[in-house]
Amino acid sequence: MNPTLAQSVTPSLKQVHDEMPSLREVFDTVTLQSGFNTNAVIVAATLLGIAAGIIGAFALLRKRSLTADALSHATLPGITSAFLIASAMGLNARSLPVLLLGATISGILGVVCIHLILTYTRLREDAAIGIVLSVFFGIGVVLLSVIQSTATSSAAGLNHFIYGQTAAMLTNDAILMGAIALIAAVIAILAMKEITIVCFNESFASVTGIPASLIDGLILALIVLVTVSGLQAVGLILIVAMLIIPPAAARFWTDRVRMLIILSALIGALSGFVGASVSALLPRKPAGAVIVLCAGSIFVISMLAAPARGVIAQLIRHARLRLRIAIDHTLESKYEYPEQHKKRSFSLRAFLRVKGYTDSLHTTSALTQSGIARGRRVRRNHMLWEQYLISCADIAPSHVDWSVDQVEHILDEDLITRLENEIRASGHHLDSNLQETHS
Amino acid sequence: MTVAYHRKPVLWDVDYDAPPGSLVAIVGPNGAGKSTFIKACLGLIPAAAGTVEFWGKPYKHARAKIGYVPQRETVDWDFPVSALDVVCMGLYRKIGWFKPVRKIHRAAAMESLDRMGLADYANRQIAQLSGGQQQRVFLARALVQNADLYFMDEPFAGVDAATEAAIIDVLRELRKQGKTVIVVHHDLQTVPTYFDHAMLLNMRIVAAGPVSEIFTDENLHKTYGGRLTLLAEASEAVARAQQGQPTK
Repeated sequence: MNPTLAQSVTPSLKQVHDEMPSLREVFDTVTLQSGFNTNAVIVAATLLGIAAGIIGAFALLRKRSLTADALSHATLPGITSAFLIASAMGLNARSLPVLLLGATISGILGVVCIHLILTYTRLREDAAIGIVLSVFFGIGVVLLSVIQSTATSSAAGLNHFIYGQTAAMLTNDAILMGAIALIAAVIAILAMKEITIVCFNESFASVTGIPASLIDGLILALIVLVTVSGLQAVGLILIVAMLIIPPAAARFWTDRVRMLIILSALIGALSGFVGASVSALLPRKPAGAVIVLCAGSIFVISMLAAPARGVIAQLIRHARLRLRIAIDHTLESKYEYPEQHKKRSFSLRAFLRVKGYTDSLHTTSALTQSGIARGRRVRRNHMLWEQYLISCADIAPSHVDWSVDQVEHILDEDLITRLENEIRASGHHLDSNLQETHS
Repeated sequence: MTVAYHRKPVLWDVDYDAPPGSLVAIVGPNGAGKSTFIKACLGLIPAAAGTVEFWGKPYKHARAKIGYVPQRETVDWDFPVSALDVVCMGLYRKIGWFKPVRKIHRAAAMESLDRMGLADYANRQIAQLSGGQQQRVFLARALVQNADLYFMDEPFAGVDAATEAAIIDVLRELRKQGKTVIVVHHDLQTVPTYFDHAMLLNMRIVAAGPVSEIFTDENLHKTYGGRLTLLAEASEAVARAQQGQPTK
């Protein structure tokens, strides 16, 4: 019996605080030099991260991430039932394979219940998932309290399946977890092509002879493998995060399935590694939470900083467009009415000056050559589009102004040429100020 | 064949033989069961009664010779794949389970993309393509299947003129090669110019045959002049009964 196990059942305030490990200990842990058991746990957690990253990517693409959540919560009654049955039969009730078998059975039962609810009622998937998740978890909690009130202290270890605890893991537990994760990852990679086509286009996949039901079954089986193997280390509440967060973070960086899977696996691996290492150094810190926080940090960074899909990049693009529109409008009106001097913000005047469209910061500043050229071009786009709407799209002249204001800024050379041709083809003459070719 | 969808029959006693080597338009109002007909043929929806045979064989054994273009809106275009990846999916059957896509497959897919005028867009993510280009990617994927019989669900829906011309070009070329293409089509005006056979559908076949014979005002009126009330009501009643609700 592991002594830390008995203590952690009712942790006192004092025990909650870990001692800070020395740098030497940190170095030994992350370079896998601190004992076979610790190493095994760290390697296994990393493998789990890889498997969860890959399989989670498919669950995300198939939009089944929440099914995984229901499944993981539904494992609790299986774990407790397996414990009770094994005790009653006089077997070793703490045997991990027995408990995981129970977890697998009740997890799958939970998914079957969701399926039944969806087939035989008009409830939507979110409701079905919510019902199954909470009811199964509730049953598990009740059974757990039964075990704790009757059984000896050997029952206490079951708590770890809820929040996860790598410190309590034995070497054999780690090897089992790593092996299951590895198998799941290999199967997922082998079937990548088939899973991808079903995720993208179910009907086409079926027509080519790759039935969606079969692939959905495979994805589910893989989710079961990952969930069950990660129960002890990460816990059933947080294991779903290992399936959802890494692929969601990876999605910000890439728009190819292959790269998504690679990045997702890397993020999962890093999270698993960091989580297990921290847990080895600070045994009170639950590995599951640390793994999830690590993945969560990567997610936040990805969401903010990713170059194309990230939030910051998007904000910059919007700001640029707004600035461009503001500059266009200013240049257009200055070009058309050089005598009028509207009030303009300092920043806008500064931009015009920096870009070389005016030669001073003053509101009354006249346009430079390049300012005039751009003003003329904007004016011309404006009129071209206006004339197109009136002469080709039969829109009343009084209604065109708003849409013109939006469109004139995004017209590129190609569109402008096509606009000119359309207007000519419709038998209308280009207005005299539109005749000049843009310089 | 009778097809029920969500327990509600939407197609009654459809009996049709597609003539080989021709372009067939399936025409009818919304909710007439056009897509359902195609999906039932391909085994995507089980037929409540009746059979579908391809060259005398059930669908399962004829798969290799059948190509499919689903409706464009049925997929998530934000999916992380390139145009070339999508076209390669047309070859997955040929490549086989668990085997990787090889260079020759990508070359074949590229050729097909080129035929649809999309060679320059092969490596774009599909969300970055226009609606017409997306439709052409779907067509390229069907072409690479190298089938003898094609089913296309609204390939002309919401596409630009250039794409429409490109698609009709391909359809004619397929016909020249002796292949049959069955197309769900929504634009009545172009039916006589694009197609040589037509099936007028509104929960049952109103008329089917060469366009020149069956594309008459009378038949069109029958197809579009409202559903047969009795047929529609019977469908509703069947649906209610199947779901255990009172049948009035």
